[in-house]
Amino acid sequence: MLAKKQKMQMETDSEPQATPHTIQARLISDTGEEAGPPIDLPAGITSQQLGLICNALLKNEEATPYLFFVGEDEIKKSLEDTLDLASVDTENVIDIVYQPQAVFKVRPVTRCTSSMPGHAEAVVSLNFSPDGAHLASGSGDTTVRLWDLTTETPHFTCTGHKQWVLCVSWAPDGKRLASGCKAGSIIIWDPETGQQKGRPLSGHKKHINCLAWEPYHRDPECRKLASASGDGDCRIWDVKLGQCLMNIAGHTNAVTAVRWGGAGLIYTSSKDRTVKMWRSADGILCRTFSGHAHWVNNIALSTDYVLRTGPFQPVKDRSKSHLSLSTEELQESALKRYQAVCPDEVESLVSCSDDNTLYLWRNNQNKCVERMTGHQNVVNDVKYSPDVKLIASASFDKSVRLWRAHDGQFIATFRGHVQAVYTLAWSADSRLIVSGSKDSTLKVWSVQSKKLAQELPGHADEVFGVDWAPDGSRVASGGKDKVIKLWAY
Amino acid sequence: MPQNEYMERHRKLYGRRLDYEERKRKKEARLPKDRARKARKLRGIKAKLFNKERRNEKIQIKKKIQAHEEKKVKKQEEKVEDGALPHYLLDRGIQSSAKVLSNMIKQKRKEKAGKWDVPIPKVRAQSDAEVFKVLKTGKTKRKAWKRMVTKVTFVGENFTRKPPKFERFIRPMGLRMKKAHVTHPELKATFNLPIIGVKKNPSSPMFTSLGVITKGTVIEVNISELGLVTQTGKVVWGKYAQVTNNPENDGVINAVLLV
Repeated sequence: MLAKKQKMQMETDSEPQATPHTIQARLISDTGEEAGPPIDLPAGITSQQLGLICNALLKNEEATPYLFFVGEDEIKKSLEDTLDLASVDTENVIDIVYQPQAVFKVRPVTRCTSSMPGHAEAVVSLNFSPDGAHLASGSGDTTVRLWDLTTETPHFTCTGHKQWVLCVSWAPDGKRLASGCKAGSIIIWDPETGQQKGRPLSGHKKHINCLAWEPYHRDPECRKLASASGDGDCRIWDVKLGQCLMNIAGHTNAVTAVRWGGAGLIYTSSKDRTVKMWRSADGILCRTFSGHAHWVNNIALSTDYVLRTGPFQPVKDRSKSHLSLSTEELQESALKRYQAVCPDEVESLVSCSDDNTLYLWRNNQNKCVERMTGHQNVVNDVKYSPDVKLIASASFDKSVRLWRAHDGQFIATFRGHVQAVYTLAWSADSRLIVSGSKDSTLKVWSVQSKKLAQELPGHADEVFGVDWAPDGSRVASGGKDKVIKLWAY
Repeated sequence: MPQNEYMERHRKLYGRRLDYEERKRKKEARLPKDRARKARKLRGIKAKLFNKERRNEKIQIKKKIQAHEEKKVKKQEEKVEDGALPHYLLDRGIQSSAKVLSNMIKQKRKEKAGKWDVPIPKVRAQSDAEVFKVLKTGKTKRKAWKRMVTKVTFVGENFTRKPPKFERFIRPMGLRMKKAHVTHPELKATFNLPIIGVKKNPSSPMFTSLGVITKGTVIEVNISELGLVTQTGKVVWGKYAQVTNNPENDGVINAVLLV
């Protein structure tokens, strides 16, 4: 009723104008479902008013924020600003695509809540646990450190590696932590006690580049771990037995990244210019994606975020804790979340490379969906937004670029860094990106306004790793100045 | 010369002797003893040649055994290096870049005091007589109020000469310099950088204002092409450097960056 009333009012307001004051339009979701019958909309209708109409048509009990698009363009202010009324055929019905946004909002981080010294060498890797309760960091001083996030103090120092700890990765249930070092050994840690679990997993002959756990909905016990190494192998380990189950050797050069997809497929990218897809059950090569002209530096899966957070929902039901739920329930919720993102098990992935391009692939076709060009230097990092609508890429050409996820179209460039951008991280609501750069700053970018939202100076040297907590509460960063900094609103 | 491979044909047709393998093995087993007997029996040049050959063989065998033994020994673990890098920078051949410059406040405070920790703390004072040459002017060359600078000078871009009547100091074009070879002490690399200005000539404030560059002078250079950044992420472009040579003798300015 309210919406209708407003519509009426709008119509009376816009009558004196000479241009067609009403437009026949129909609201369509991005999958093509119509929200209701075509309606007459005044030309000057704003995006907020469209939101009210859309909520009323869909009979939402709680108002959901929406984004509206006509063709390729987003309606930012009003319909007449976006649409060229003179050229539009008023006889036809215009399709307005609506996209729901996350109901919760992550506030941009603005200040450094604490800088935590402790590491004796540069911090090379850091990662939040999937429930956002722990933070682990690996450093050049050969230790892994666990940090207490409530008091923002060091919790445990895990010694055991003999070389730089190049990557740390949390099991999707948050009960184990794996770390890989430059000498090629992997150690599993218990985050509750800071003790090593079992013997080091040795087998790789060169440094470990990336670690990936089996998704929670496939194995709630989290036994299997895939590792990518500089010796060109990808190994699958049984963490409980401390054994190497499989050695996937198919790449002819260093494997730079590995992802364990939700449908039982393992994706690896390598410096031999290919991305390969393997069946995790028997290690058989399923597909080779080739197209890149130089090293492939990183890959991102459309399901990365749901697989990482697994059973831990970003919006918590306060009355229920994750501890009280049984593993079956958790597994079911993880599976449900996975299926919501990728119902037909067709995961898409994007790879970034030294040839300054990104490629968008689907796991059911050999040919790439889109070759994404625009960067002027090595593209080092790429991440899907948690709602799988956007892709952000960080490059050594000092820029971060934003792409549309389903077809790989270019959306915007974020410029502001004065040196190479090394890494980036998305906020859980997909509205903000934080990027870490060689110029010693972090920058927070707003996706909606396509502008710099916040500049975060403070590090004394290059920033190597940055991560946004899955619950959106804080950002952690670490770099060459040996300090870990936590940032919050 | 056989006209055909009769032996081979026979072997193919009828096979070998039944005890062929056994005889072969025994013969091989007997070989070292035969060779030892031969070595004992031989005399003269034949013995010499034979012994040389045997010696070389033994050396080769020993080497092979040693190589196999080495494989079994565990390699010593590599030492942990400084300057850890993330995995995405490992194989890129990145040299250790300069530390981000110490913070701006410190630098500003130093600037105010006009004191810097310089690589060459003590420099020989340049007297006026050394730096300036008296030029005699006037129709009869009686007047001697004009001076010519005999050292290298830096003259700013927008400098225009005064009319000769009022020009007390002449800075010769041949001794003006715009660029300096600046060494970064941590990077151990030298860059040819444009000079922005003369910050301090320790001999006299007048030399500073004239832009005289002698050994020990602190100059400001444009380091934007080095790509150093401050803590706030801005590119640093002006930075001080101290001159380490006598530019008037060498014809170039060499300087060390003050970090």
